[in-house]
Amino acid sequence: MTLQVADLRTVLDTPRGVVRAVDGIDFELRKGECFALVGESGSGKSMTALSLMRLLPEAGRIASGRVSLGDVDLLGLPEAAMRAVRGRRVAMIFQEPATALNPVLTCGKQIVEVIQRHMNSSFEDAKEKSLQLLRAVGIDDAERRFDEYPFQLSGGLKQRVMIAGALAVDPEVLIADEPTTALDVTIQAQILDLLVKLQAERGMALLLITHDLGVVAKVAQRVAVMYAGEIVEVAEREAFFRAPQHPYSQKLFAALPGAGQRGELAVIRGQVPPLTQPFNHCRFADRCDFVFDRCRVEAPQLLEPARGHFARCFLREEGLAPPRQTLSAITKSASEESRDSILLEVKDVKVHFPIRRGVFRRTVGYVKAVDGVSLELRAGRTLAIVGESGSGKTTLGKGVLQLIEPTAGTVIFQEQTISGKSRAELRPLRGAMQIVFQDPYASLNPRLRVSEILLEGMRSLRIGANDAERIAQLGKLLTEVGLPAETLDRYPHEFSGGQRQRIAIARALAVNPKLIVCDEPTSALDVSVQAQILNLLRSLQERFGIAYLFITHNIAVVDYLAHEVAVMLKGRIVERGAVDAVLRNPQHDYTRQLLAAVPRVD
Amino acid sequence: MPFKPVLLWTDLLLWLLVAGTAIYVWYCYRRPHLAAPWGRVFQSRTAIASTVVLAAFVGMTLADSLHFRPRIGSGSEGAAQYSNEVLSVLDVAFAYLRERRERTYSAPLATRLYAKDQIESSTGAPTRDYPKLTYGGAHLQDESAHGRDIALRAGLGASLAVAAAFLLSLLRRRLSRWRPNVPWSAGLWTFAVLLLLTVPLLVLSTGYHVFGTDKVGQDVFYQSLKSIRTALVIATLSTVTMLPFGVLFGIVAGYFRGWIDDVIQYLYTTLNSIPGVLLIAAAVLMMQVYIDTHPQLFPTAADRADVRLLLLCIILGVTSWTGLTRLLRGETLKLSQLEYIQAAHAFGVSSARILGRHILPNVAHIVIITLVMDFSGLVLAEAVLSYVGVGVDPATISFGTMINAARLEMGREPIVWWSLAAAFAFMLVLVLAANLLADAVRDGFDPRVRVGSVPV
Repeated sequence: MTLQVADLRTVLDTPRGVVRAVDGIDFELRKGECFALVGESGSGKSMTALSLMRLLPEAGRIASGRVSLGDVDLLGLPEAAMRAVRGRRVAMIFQEPATALNPVLTCGKQIVEVIQRHMNSSFEDAKEKSLQLLRAVGIDDAERRFDEYPFQLSGGLKQRVMIAGALAVDPEVLIADEPTTALDVTIQAQILDLLVKLQAERGMALLLITHDLGVVAKVAQRVAVMYAGEIVEVAEREAFFRAPQHPYSQKLFAALPGAGQRGELAVIRGQVPPLTQPFNHCRFADRCDFVFDRCRVEAPQLLEPARGHFARCFLREEGLAPPRQTLSAITKSASEESRDSILLEVKDVKVHFPIRRGVFRRTVGYVKAVDGVSLELRAGRTLAIVGESGSGKTTLGKGVLQLIEPTAGTVIFQEQTISGKSRAELRPLRGAMQIVFQDPYASLNPRLRVSEILLEGMRSLRIGANDAERIAQLGKLLTEVGLPAETLDRYPHEFSGGQRQRIAIARALAVNPKLIVCDEPTSALDVSVQAQILNLLRSLQERFGIAYLFITHNIAVVDYLAHEVAVMLKGRIVERGAVDAVLRNPQHDYTRQLLAAVPRVD
Repeated sequence: MPFKPVLLWTDLLLWLLVAGTAIYVWYCYRRPHLAAPWGRVFQSRTAIASTVVLAAFVGMTLADSLHFRPRIGSGSEGAAQYSNEVLSVLDVAFAYLRERRERTYSAPLATRLYAKDQIESSTGAPTRDYPKLTYGGAHLQDESAHGRDIALRAGLGASLAVAAAFLLSLLRRRLSRWRPNVPWSAGLWTFAVLLLLTVPLLVLSTGYHVFGTDKVGQDVFYQSLKSIRTALVIATLSTVTMLPFGVLFGIVAGYFRGWIDDVIQYLYTTLNSIPGVLLIAAAVLMMQVYIDTHPQLFPTAADRADVRLLLLCIILGVTSWTGLTRLLRGETLKLSQLEYIQAAHAFGVSSARILGRHILPNVAHIVIITLVMDFSGLVLAEAVLSYVGVGVDPATISFGTMINAARLEMGREPIVWWSLAAAFAFMLVLVLAANLLADAVRDGFDPRVRVGSVPV
């Protein structure tokens, strides 16, 4: 037994009161095992990791509990002794490799620093050791990378350097906080394989913090699910994936989009309760489908319906829940072939950005973000563009809408050529083609009220005679996207990520579009919220016949929502076709690679 | 009419600013979503306290901005004749300070001059001693009662202040009922402290020179009060001049990029590489020549001094927009890549609307911070320019001229410290209050500050 956490409570002092971010959790991390802590944002999983490392933000403090590493009480150590533990016995890697490395030091120097700090060795020895480490984490030309700065490395390489740094002095415990969330799916697969390999070789304990059940299925041996600051379920991986015991875990699985899901995705209604209150009832009661009277008056304890399988739910007093139903892929029937007219036709579109150098800013070359793409989209259908970061899929989306002017090629929308038109000429068509962005926090102007945000497009495109009429329309629209009417008078920051994305969708819908370019609209959202947004997009399509150009890196979402799919690589489309054909029977090597890399729950 | 009103240019502009502010307040008051951020601003204690202090300064400025020429008699054809001297309401209120001139330096609250001179003793024999002041402490029969008299007057002033503060505190409950969210007590406490400082000073000033006198025997307290207007005029009018240049050029350059950006960058880089003082000196000297060659346009000395002050403001404004432009350009470059701007493009929203509704409100905090930084900077710039001889008209009383006059005496022994100390204290309070208020305004207007959420 390496790391034991008992009744850990961490609170944050905020202007709204004391937030119980971690509210009494117990778990143990055994030597040589990979233990996954799963939860949605705000569940307290990252706070748990920071509490273990005693690296809490200024407002945070550990209220009570015990964290022991072997026989050392980590919470009782003075800060100087804790510094010797950090990195030496417990190491941590973070989500964003781009910001976790110091940009002004070479990668090698940063690893050498860790070794010298803990081992008291000479620079030569430390350098030799760090070269070994860089090779161990799968960096080919370690000598060259040793002298390179972080900006010279790709995201995947940076994360490898981070891991090398974390492993520099053979820690007993490695805490990985969303180590692959910022990475592309093929790189994610490599990093996960690397973590598993290193953990097995070195026999260290790995605490993996993630929101992605696919990653858990691939890597973890035991799983704990966190909800609202508590652990609601702990189990071995097989048992957990076969039959999750807590209603929240069950819902998480049901909310995952995938080939087997063709109807509505399950959603978890309501929101995570505010953690400023003390709980003397079940935290999930308000959102649970199986709620009964007792849930509202008594807080459940962790029960053990099967050996080694714990769940915090009264229902488990009656024994185990039945296994999860795994749905086999439903093939979309041929009758779904659309006979609708072609709404959007893209012919050999190129978007090249010039690279300018020197005093006179001569063009010395081009970044070929989109390099000859052709596609077509019929009315009321969804075409998904899949690709990794840097493949040019977002640029393509903006190029289609003429938000970026394509360098070459033609875009035909509603039988009119729109490429090469001026802003004024495009304005009459703007209402018919809209866009929803990835980040619901950056896509709404924080200084405007929601009503102003929604009215802007209507005013600009002269929809409705006056503001009173427009406001009346907005009332209907808000119900359509599932927001209360009083939303109009509030500012965007008062809403959660999912609600903001609804506002962004409402903004696009307000001008009655025929085509919406959805640029990763769910990638910043939690699984349960993603399910709500996907359901919404789908029902809007059914009712209004809107066509989506759906840009994403998430294959499962494609499978759920799209009719056709195009796979992009380095600015070109390498494979295109109906969803079932491409995903079930990929022809191109890259598509196969991409599909193989996706971590799957089943 | 016993007087003839005179509207100086800076008066006109100041009153226009006041009117503009009043209209803005009324406009906000009627619209809850505009009033809400101001409501938040005034939930902060520092905002209330600094508003009280600033209000006192602004009140002084406005009292000093009502100018007139008093009537001195009737002319040959019965037409009223008016004095060539332009006075303000403040001048009249403090006439006793303005008119009581000593011969030269005297220390604060002194009864005698600061330098020895030949005087006739009571016996008639000439001796070298500190001469008695003409006005300061002249009411004292016996100079040994000096200390007691000061204590008495200060005590009287303090008790008056306490009584006034007590009366005001009765208002508190009524105010709280009117606006329960505003921390009125902070404002009332500030006001009480302000009273406690000023009322004894005023009571003492009837018999003494509370801050001493300067080289030509003028009361330093009076100079300090007059300087407030000069400082506020320079700070506000320069800012008003600079704002359109800075904001417009900055966001236009950042938003449109391309050749517009090149031109604006070229302009401000060039302007920035010319020493500012040189530009200002050239401009001030040119306009001085203009004023001197067109005496018919400026009937009184006050007119001449005022035009010079106004032009100084404009020149300071025109030469100091580059910093703001540079900051705003950078921020706009960043903002214009944000998704809500792109969403606006997708609606075909015009560039002017995007600049006005999306970019401007989101760079407002930078504008406010820069303005407050510049506010203090401009007050200080005036002092520097007056030193070079290209600042305000020598007849205009300002903190700059006070400091400059004091500068010459810093080396002498015993040191003449009171001019400098008075100017320093007044400027400190003014700039500090403005800074604190601007902080509160920025916090109140920034929606992200209000979220107060910590990532969990």
